[in-house]
Amino acid sequence: MYKQSVRRRRAVLVLLVAASLFLLTVYFGESAGGPFHALQRGVLQVTAPIQEGASRALKPFRDLFGWFDDTLDARDERDRLRKERNELRKRVIGAQAAERENSQLRRLLNLDRSDTVEGYEPVTARVIGRSPTVWYATITVDKGSSAGVRVYQPVVSGDGLVGKVTAVTRGASQVTLITDSTSGVSARVLTPAVTDSANGITGLIKPAVGRPRDLLLEFVPRRANIRKGDVVVTAGSRSSRLESLFPANLPVGVVTKADDEELSQYQRVHIRPFADLRRLDFVQILTRGGARGSSLRAEGRNP
Amino acid sequence: MTPSAALAVRLGIVALLTVLVQISAVSQVSLLGVSADLSPLVVASVGLLCGSVPGAVMGFFVGLFADTALLQTLGVSSLVLLLVGYWAGRLRELRDPAHALTPLAVGAAATAAASIGFSLVQFLLGVDAPVSLLLLRDILVTILVNAALAMPVYALVRRALLPALPEDPRRRRRRAYVTGGLSPISRA
Repeated sequence: MYKQSVRRRRAVLVLLVAASLFLLTVYFGESAGGPFHALQRGVLQVTAPIQEGASRALKPFRDLFGWFDDTLDARDERDRLRKERNELRKRVIGAQAAERENSQLRRLLNLDRSDTVEGYEPVTARVIGRSPTVWYATITVDKGSSAGVRVYQPVVSGDGLVGKVTAVTRGASQVTLITDSTSGVSARVLTPAVTDSANGITGLIKPAVGRPRDLLLEFVPRRANIRKGDVVVTAGSRSSRLESLFPANLPVGVVTKADDEELSQYQRVHIRPFADLRRLDFVQILTRGGARGSSLRAEGRNP
Repeated sequence: MTPSAALAVRLGIVALLTVLVQISAVSQVSLLGVSADLSPLVVASVGLLCGSVPGAVMGFFVGLFADTALLQTLGVSSLVLLLVGYWAGRLRELRDPAHALTPLAVGAAATAAASIGFSLVQFLLGVDAPVSLLLLRDILVTILVNAALAMPVYALVRRALLPALPEDPRRRRRRAYVTGGLSPISRA
């Protein structure tokens, strides 16, 4: 009887481990249109209304805990903001270029009214779910293909770039944030030294897993004069053949540090994103009536 | 309904609710820069209450629900959480820990195992982005936050499963001690 129980227990364990490994292997090997991916989208479609209801019902609790966290962070945040304000004040007074940059930023912050998103139709969506691990920086929003959302469309908040749509069902979508390990965004640094915004210093923004408030701008030449406080925006299109998924001049973040490694021909620039990606209640998906997103999906193009 | 079927139904409901509450609320609350992760706590609680096989099955399905609902790589969370559930169940079967703080210690250990296991699987699958050492800090803070939540989560899971659990000899002994006999009827 005891031996039978032990055998049964071990059999269940082996079976479950084998099932997990089977799922992992098949899922990893199949394309985005494969049966397991389709199953996930189907489940998302079914659970999205439940998630939305639960998200609304539990919002007071989230706000309560958010208040505690805000209070804990308030002192550090105040000191940091004071320092940042002083730095910005010096620069605004000191340089005409910085003044121009300032006015440019003000325009960028009003995304809906600016030229940046001209040709796009922003769709406002509520965040109804979020991945709990640092390895998957994704959120689920309550707008899907019925609202014109398509895969690879850019997503912004009032502060700046948030990410891109990576899966769509009829009533919900998954957004992969710019802090996800698979994310990459071409970006440009707006330095006062380079007044022509089309010729700013460009690089590729990659996240650092485990540091959601720190993005890395890579492939920036060592000679590029980048300073703390410089603003980083999306580079946008450079070629009609290889058009970027993100429109140009969407604000991404501010430079906090530049690592100048002696043996490398590039410097690595650290950026603090403008958008607080851990506190998103609403985002805007920049839709284009569906045509562009669908064609990109058909081509299987990546950013 | 048989006792095992009743337990299975309750476990299924608890698993679904866990994933739903995790995705819709808990993941969106940042405490000390991290979010609490209810999944290892619930799975470890089930292992402690029901044993290794229900713990492992619970871990597999909670992981499967989470990976499916979040469009993550299927199988990763299932693999990690089923081992967590199995381990918690074996702890109960072999040691039968009776200390009141056992759920706290087991919850913290389960969170550590799940976080480290999840990271290991991610490394095995390949990571494109650079990985910061601050990940270790995040894991440590998550363990602390989860440890703080372990006792209430265990109490909730126990409350949800208790009517469907088989009679616990320890509970029977305690009741016999309090009432001064095997049951109030035998006292009379």
